[in-house]
Amino acid sequence: MTVRVRDVAFDPHAEEREHAATLAPGAFGATATFVGTMRDVNEGDGVTTMTLEHYPGMTERELERILAEARERWELIDALIVHRVGEILPGEPIVLTAVWSAHRAAAFDACRFLMEALKSRAPFWKKETLTDGSTRWVEGNTPG
Amino acid sequence: MAIRVKFFASLREQLPHAVESVEADGLETIADVWARATERREMPDHVLCSVNLEHRSANDPIADGDEVAFFPPVTGG
Repeated sequence: MTVRVRDVAFDPHAEEREHAATLAPGAFGATATFVGTMRDVNEGDGVTTMTLEHYPGMTERELERILAEARERWELIDALIVHRVGEILPGEPIVLTAVWSAHRAAAFDACRFLMEALKSRAPFWKKETLTDGSTRWVEGNTPG
Repeated sequence: MAIRVKFFASLREQLPHAVESVEADGLETIADVWARATERREMPDHVLCSVNLEHRSANDPIADGDEVAFFPPVTGG
């Protein structure tokens, strides 16, 4: 179970591959991953950059608590959360959740749980810069 | 000892004069910490709180040496 908070751009597929390489070959039959990527539009306005603020220390602790809850609810072999902070550009990955399990149901369900729990509990805040140069804090999360 | 106080995101911008540390004497709850740190500004309804890096409610107790944080609804992911 691993949590990483990155302040520079990351390749989610490389992170997933590198993490899978640390697991025993043949141990898992299912891998589910979710990648959240920054879009260039929000609520009808063009967005040029986004700054992700977080609460260092609490962020990692909360993500670790979420991983521990997932492990209690499902039979998991391993799981990984990588989340970006700092200044982000459209097209760059914001978050990766990856789950390895014996069968697909646990992988799919736990991967969805990690994302929904992260969005409602992990202390991150997005501030957007729009194409006209103005800035605004994102007020709430989009429905799944 | 004292209580360390942190504000994040839009809340920090709205409270530029809020203090980073308050004396613990006479404070019982998170809401008391808010009142002392913000010179008794009304706490907005949507504000979330934590104590020592765990989510808590405004009426939960605090102790000398705690780190208390206030922040708007989270928007990660």
